[in-house]
Amino acid sequence: MAVKVLRRRDLTVWEKLYIPQIASGLKVTTAHLLRNLLLHSAHRLGLLQNRRAAVTFQYPEELRPLAPRFRSRHRLTVRDDGTPRCVGCMLCETVCPAHCITIVAGEHPDPNVEKYPVRFDIDLGVCVYCGYCVEVCPEDAIRMDTGILDVAAYSRDAMKLDIHELMNPSLRKPLTACMLEFPHECRLAGGEVSTRDHQRRN
Amino acid sequence: MIDLAVKVVLALFVFFGVLNLAALHTWLERKQSAVIQDRVGANRASILGWRLMGLFHPLADSIKMFTKEDIVPAGADRILHTLAPVFSVFFALVTFAAIPFGDRFLLGGRVIELQVAKINVALLYIFAMLSLEVYGVILAGFASRNNYALLGGLRATAQMISYEIALGIAVVGVIMIYGTMDLQELVRGQGQNLAGWIPLWGIVVQPVAFVVFLTAALAETKRIPFDLPEGESEIIGYFVEYSGMKFGMFFLADFLETILVACLATTLFFGGWQVPYLTSSGFQFPWGATLPVSQPAYVLLGVVSFSIKVVIFCVLFMQLRWTLPRFRYDQLMRLGWLGLFPIAVVNVLVTASALAFLKR
Ligand code: SF4
Ligand code: SF4
Repeated sequence: MAVKVLRRRDLTVWEKLYIPQIASGLKVTTAHLLRNLLLHSAHRLGLLQNRRAAVTFQYPEELRPLAPRFRSRHRLTVRDDGTPRCVGCMLCETVCPAHCITIVAGEHPDPNVEKYPVRFDIDLGVCVYCGYCVEVCPEDAIRMDTGILDVAAYSRDAMKLDIHELMNPSLRKPLTACMLEFPHECRLAGGEVSTRDHQRRN
Repeated sequence: MIDLAVKVVLALFVFFGVLNLAALHTWLERKQSAVIQDRVGANRASILGWRLMGLFHPLADSIKMFTKEDIVPAGADRILHTLAPVFSVFFALVTFAAIPFGDRFLLGGRVIELQVAKINVALLYIFAMLSLEVYGVILAGFASRNNYALLGGLRATAQMISYEIALGIAVVGVIMIYGTMDLQELVRGQGQNLAGWIPLWGIVVQPVAFVVFLTAALAETKRIPFDLPEGESEIIGYFVEYSGMKFGMFFLADFLETILVACLATTLFFGGWQVPYLTSSGFQFPWGATLPVSQPAYVLLGVVSFSIKVVIFCVLFMQLRWTLPRFRYDQLMRLGWLGLFPIAVVNVLVTASALAFLKR
């Protein structure tokens, strides 16, 4: 076996003195300190706002800028008449690697559209944010561009989005009233949502 | 009786001043590191929505420390385990008694020295107390019934004893020049000017001693870059078995020592409470101008000058702490015994020869 001998460069006398090295280290930290102190003070006075003093984003108050292609929480796009653009083709449900989309299709009054989702649920507790559902959709009906990152809940059940939240991303749980005009299945409208589909698959 | 009252007031003044400065150190530590590293730093603790740049965090910290569970490991020596942090903080606090923070002033016909205890061998007293602090450390390691804590304690002891020698010898040069161990007299001795315009502070006559003193004193405080005894995040230190406020007391002792070192450096090398060109009768500038200053204002200026110098040193130490990486143990020992110790001895010899030559 070939042995490779790594020789470290010996320190020069200047480096061994150590004090000049401390000084150069102090120069770096002090430069940062003074620059940031100056910027922080200027910000207090409302000056130099375009230069950041700290790289920190003060999270709940200040959100990080997101890249345009960033995949955040889903939404269903909506037609002009307030119904979902989705035609219930089931492609997204089929492609979803996490099996977290549940669609129940119903008949659309317009024969050119044929179908629409009576029920459209996504279980975010299972979703892996791969974005395949968006890629596969033929109607540009599902998108992941809401910019919502703070998906958090106290129970698994609360992680499940139904069609209300998907069509109106500003809605947050608990939902109190059903606002969808077209016939659909949901707990708010009095109907019971069956979990049969999920049980069958799992 | 009145003398006693005066002493109590002075002692309380120093006590609260030092403890508050130590609490502020936690704030300084967080904020300064944050600003150096382009961060914002702890700023969330608030009272009624006021955050004051995170100034409430020391308060929140102490509430947290006091309300946390205090765990004494099974098999540990309960009494010594409790005594160790007390020792650390006690000996760190009593050293401040000998630090003069202002000139004497006259009040109702009596002379009040702004110093808690006027000891004519104040320097010896301070070094004695610093040595006794080792007990807190070694007891903490010993009483915890934890091999790693014991090893940490031994590391700390070896380090503190090694660097105390360099520290002591570095100071000898200063003592020889000013001819006194009384810190108040030593500060008065630094009141003259060299060649009319350079204040004759310790740093001017003993620059080498200053560097050695500062390095050794930083090692005494057991903080980065000399934090091998603690290294709380990765190498296990002597207070690994401590929790709650007992742990907090070790940290407090560290901060107190930092402040003590800042006070000592100010007193020995930066003229203590001296303000450049200020004498008890007023400013006497080297270009001939004079500005009379009343006696209380003179004393007050001295106290302010002392405080500013101490705070500057604290900030400097903090800056060093966030700049330098930690030493390896053999490097630490080599620096102490083969670096600082010989330099300090040579410095003493050179100073002695120079003094003998000048006196002749
Ligand atoms: S992002 Fe991926 S895992 Fe999530 S719902 Fe769409 S296809 Fe399924
Ligand atoms: S792929 Fe698009 S149109 Fe088809 S069911 Fe999914 S969301 Fe609806």
